[in-house]
Amino acid sequence: MSDLNPQRRSFLKTTLGAAAVAIAPGMLLIDMAHGKAEAASGKVRWGMLIDTAQCKEGCTDCVNACNKENGLSGGTKATDPQWIRKIAIKDVSTGRVQSLPMMCQHCEQPPCVDVCPTQASFKRADGIVLVDRHRCIGCRYCMMACPYKARSFVHEPLENQNPDVPRGKGTVEACNLCVGRIDNGQTTACAEACPNKAILFGDLNDMNSEIAIKIRSVASAQVRADLQLNTGIRYQGL
Amino acid sequence: MVDLSALRSKNRLYYVLLAAGGLVALGGMYAVHMMESHGHIISGMNNQIVWGIPHVFAIFLIVAASGVLNVASIGSVFGKAVYKARAPLASLLSVAMLSGGLAVLMLDLGRPDRIMVAATNYNITSVFAWNIVLYSGMFSLVVIYLWTMMERRMNPFNKAAGLAVFVWRFVLTTGTGLIFAFLTARQAYGSALLPPMFIVLSFAWGLAVFHVVQRVIYAWNEKSLDPAIQQRTRNLLGVFVIGSLYMVATYHMTNLYFAHKSGFENFILVSGGIYPNLFWWGYIVLGNLLPLLLIYTPGLGKTKCVVAASSLVILGAFALLYVFIIGGQAYPLNIFPGYEVSSSFGDGQIASYQPSLYEFLLGFGGLAIAFIITTVSVRVLNFMPQDKPYIAD
Repeated sequence: MSDLNPQRRSFLKTTLGAAAVAIAPGMLLIDMAHGKAEAASGKVRWGMLIDTAQCKEGCTDCVNACNKENGLSGGTKATDPQWIRKIAIKDVSTGRVQSLPMMCQHCEQPPCVDVCPTQASFKRADGIVLVDRHRCIGCRYCMMACPYKARSFVHEPLENQNPDVPRGKGTVEACNLCVGRIDNGQTTACAEACPNKAILFGDLNDMNSEIAIKIRSVASAQVRADLQLNTGIRYQGL
Repeated sequence: MVDLSALRSKNRLYYVLLAAGGLVALGGMYAVHMMESHGHIISGMNNQIVWGIPHVFAIFLIVAASGVLNVASIGSVFGKAVYKARAPLASLLSVAMLSGGLAVLMLDLGRPDRIMVAATNYNITSVFAWNIVLYSGMFSLVVIYLWTMMERRMNPFNKAAGLAVFVWRFVLTTGTGLIFAFLTARQAYGSALLPPMFIVLSFAWGLAVFHVVQRVIYAWNEKSLDPAIQQRTRNLLGVFVIGSLYMVATYHMTNLYFAHKSGFENFILVSGGIYPNLFWWGYIVLGNLLPLLLIYTPGLGKTKCVVAASSLVILGAFALLYVFIIGGQAYPLNIFPGYEVSSSFGDGQIASYQPSLYEFLLGFGGLAIAFIITTVSVRVLNFMPQDKPYIAD
């Protein structure tokens, strides 16, 4: 090896060192931005049990909390996004009136995920149905497919966004089950805000969780159960 | 001595037409720019009516693009000389309308700049994603098919290419119908009848477009169509119109039979304001009955009648698509069967929709793209049907 060039070797070393120094802070930032390192667990199925008997007519605390948490304007024009809404329902035959919150039902078989051409709509391993705003091309097919009308399209440029919940004009969005809060071990904003504790959030798969115990003991229903989507949101008293 | 002044004025007219088409296309681009910068807020679409006028135009163009190939298929696959002579023009129209339709569909997206994502992140279960393959495949196949017809050395491959196009367009229109057929929860859609309905509709709409364009090209070249050929293609249009009427009637009749869909049918056929009006007057009377009268009344059915009938079929197509796409969304989604519902998000309410000028500009822009492609191609290449003096079949 007579043609060994020490100068070249040291140049390579310096370059590699400089590159490492330059990249390291960036990698650290990416790590920080990603938050927790571990992926969502498939053993968990996040869901909610909503007790319609406890949901007060006219109360919109859950809606307001959601708007605040996710930086929504709270407007109710036909073009304004609404991630959660209060629905008043009246049984046509008996006249019984009920009030309940309606949002993305986080289906096990979500039609929005099936129809999305770009896989922007996706279901996390723990059952949360989300929209990847970087992949969404704004075709609105998921809005056509959703049986619960849970999705909204961002019709206008957005200002003063919540940095933890980035949104984007021209893309579709919906209730994300406060995924950021869940990943930090908290409950959803709507469940936290409900004065009557009508919304119970938890892991449906954990047999010892409060929600699983309650679902075993009271009669609960899925909205449009006939579609067999196996929703993560259940209603009691419907 | 050739009369050059007549030629010159025709030449001028050609450029005027082209400029007019370009201007309309430019209007479409302006609408896209406005929607890009302001968002869809400037359209009439909202969270209840998520697909609007642009989709009416786009789906018409795409369905007609598939249907017009019927003319080519009858020639190439079933070997009828009259239609074979018209296959190049039919293929050109297909490519032109497909381009226009896809442009509208793509430019209406919330993020048209991300269209590449549709290619890089492919969702195998999405019928929209299938359609991306079906549309681009159809485009390529029809171009190859045209090549086998217009390049003598490629002629031996013509039959195979024709067969491929024949199969592909059936699958393509099935895919277009499936966009709606796969919507499980909406009363208006979610029916397996929709793909075959769209296929039969495509026959009528495609042939209607073909008749109008053929008439214009013959008039431009100061030629007249052989009455025997006229009669054959006219009768075919009549059969297709009857066929599509049958499919639409079956779709509504099956809906009427299901108790849970009778509310929707009542809305579309009787009480829904603009929708029943457009359905009965626009689609049934103007788009079907009047064309059938013009085609089949003894003594009528001459060139002018065929062009009028075809134009009416096209108008009827837009009426039907408006009722189907927008009326289908305007009727509230039945989230709680058996309950009266109300909310801040339009639950239980008939959704209102006022299309904006920008949507029409975009839609007409798509038509203009199809027009420009057709006009330029007809000028630079020979798409004039070359009929033999004796028709064997």
